[in-house]
Amino acid sequence: MNWVAWQMLTGDRAKYWGTIFGIAFGTLLISQQTALFMGLMRRTASQIDGVREATIWVMDPEVQNTDEILPLSETDVYRVRGVPGVSWAVRYYKGLARAKVSDGRFRQVMLMGLDETTMVGAPVEMLQGTLADLARPDGVIVDKAGFEYLWPGVELRLGDELEMNDRRAVIVGICKAGAPFQTFPLVFTRYTRALEFAPPERNRLSFVLAHPEAGKNVADVCAAISKQTHLLALSRNQFFWRTIGYYMRSTGIPVNFGITIALGFIVGTAIAGQTFYLFTLENLRQFGALKAMGLGNGRLVLMILLQAAIVGSVGFGLGMGVTALFFEATKNVTHLAGFYLPWQVVLGSAAAVTMIVVLASLVSIRRVLVLEPAIVFRGA
Amino acid sequence: MMISTPHNLLDSAPRSTSVAVHCQKVVKDFGDGDTRVRVLHDVEVEVPAGEMSLLVGPSGCGKTTLISIIAGLLEPTAGDVTLFGTPRSSLSSRQLIAYRAVNIGFVFQQYNLLPALTATANVAIPLLIGRMNREQAFAKARDLLTQVGMADRANAFPAQLSGGQQQRVAIARALVHEPRLLVCDEPTAALDAHSGQTVMELLRRVAVQPDRAVIVVTHDNRVFRFGDRIIEMDDGRVQSVRQGDAIATHEDTIAIASRVIAATAKDEAAELDPFDLQ
Repeated sequence: MNWVAWQMLTGDRAKYWGTIFGIAFGTLLISQQTALFMGLMRRTASQIDGVREATIWVMDPEVQNTDEILPLSETDVYRVRGVPGVSWAVRYYKGLARAKVSDGRFRQVMLMGLDETTMVGAPVEMLQGTLADLARPDGVIVDKAGFEYLWPGVELRLGDELEMNDRRAVIVGICKAGAPFQTFPLVFTRYTRALEFAPPERNRLSFVLAHPEAGKNVADVCAAISKQTHLLALSRNQFFWRTIGYYMRSTGIPVNFGITIALGFIVGTAIAGQTFYLFTLENLRQFGALKAMGLGNGRLVLMILLQAAIVGSVGFGLGMGVTALFFEATKNVTHLAGFYLPWQVVLGSAAAVTMIVVLASLVSIRRVLVLEPAIVFRGA
Repeated sequence: MMISTPHNLLDSAPRSTSVAVHCQKVVKDFGDGDTRVRVLHDVEVEVPAGEMSLLVGPSGCGKTTLISIIAGLLEPTAGDVTLFGTPRSSLSSRQLIAYRAVNIGFVFQQYNLLPALTATANVAIPLLIGRMNREQAFAKARDLLTQVGMADRANAFPAQLSGGQQQRVAIARALVHEPRLLVCDEPTAALDAHSGQTVMELLRRVAVQPDRAVIVVTHDNRVFRFGDRIIEMDDGRVQSVRQGDAIATHEDTIAIASRVIAATAKDEAAELDPFDLQ
């Protein structure tokens, strides 16, 4: 009877495509908005994720996220180095600066000052130039997106100049880096040079980046640093989620995305459920005839579930396909960097669509189960 | 009104004396408490195999309810129905569904063909329910369509067929799995006189077999002459059963038809059978 179920379903093209549209629409909203939300949240902590060498971040205990920093004393790096179990610890500057280009335009940039010796926190992938070029006078490395913000429409090239805090900076490298939450260009330079570009302040050490000795547990070393220095020491993962947690709690982003995702679920369920239920209602007499002819409830339910599974699969495929197309089409758009379709979103959306389909088919199943086969003997 | 008796059809019909359906004091109530309505009152009737029995009576007299109980679609409130020696009460609901799938064929007033399926696929449905391979089922369905004169429309969809053609497809569907009991509910009600006569002739020709009982519910007096036996109902009771030569007279057929017409007119404003009401 599976063949009959398939023929019944596709025979009514309007409802077949109506149900598929509902599911595809729900899938599109759920998956696209969830992926965007995840991308946006990941961007809030992308500068933490980008520092691969250090597993421990040390900061003022009041720091909630990577963008609001209470600077440490320059000597704190030595105090961290003095904690047993710490293999190495280096200074790291992260702050905002105003960068002017030669024609007078300016952009707020995110300035990263790297330890001169180790270059911990330096970008991993260089598109032009090398890390060593940072040794050149006034040298800075800018990320690709930042270059495009600063010099829109200009081919990537080295040698352009910026002015930050009345000091000259020369682009000696262009890198790929995780996009920040705000669309600021990322500027990497040596620590001492970053302090020259940064606005004056008494304490300017943003973070101490550290790593435990071989065989030492990161959590134990963090605890030891916190105890001995009275600073906050977090593993990279902890700080990553602390930052994301801050944005989740302190902004309307989760609510806004949540509403859209919920609407996708509700509208998808409503359209798919209503159309699928109408399809069942219009075929009620036929289902009654099948029941009268000896088709048991179990096989009828299987027929409806098969029909639901078909529209669910096709709808999910179409919706997810459009989502994938969106991210494929926008992957090179500078201000949408960092947004992609994670496999977790695909799985989660599949679960949501399964729920939509189950909810949509439950009403129909109930209607058919309580259907009196004697309905077929009633007149039109 | 002239009603002729088709003696040639009656003479050619195979006869059998075995009882196919036996209703024993069947009672059916609908509703509860103050709203309870008794639709069937101790109905006692036998339907033999090898014959076409017409269940006639005015609207609301309980014939649809009775046929639903005989076909195993409704539970009687009291009494029992024995189908080919098997008491219905001895079957579980699952066994009853399986029994229905194998032993009973249905022809409905509104045909109830699946609009998305071709005539062949519609006819094959009972075989597919019986889990027959689709190719075999379709081959057998095409044979049946040939028998009912619809071979040339085998690939047509119901919407492409006239009412008479759809009913012929429905008859083929009802017979394709060779059921022992064929239940027809007002098979001519939605058809014009000519198509109705064609359908009844077809039913007599292909459905009436020595080991098969055919029950036709109707209040279409134009088809009374096709029955071997007429079971006349009124107000939930069997009023009379006439068979063989007793209905083979012009006058008697006219008398039954007149009563049915009169009772139908009288009850039009106050129908009693909930199944006819809904």
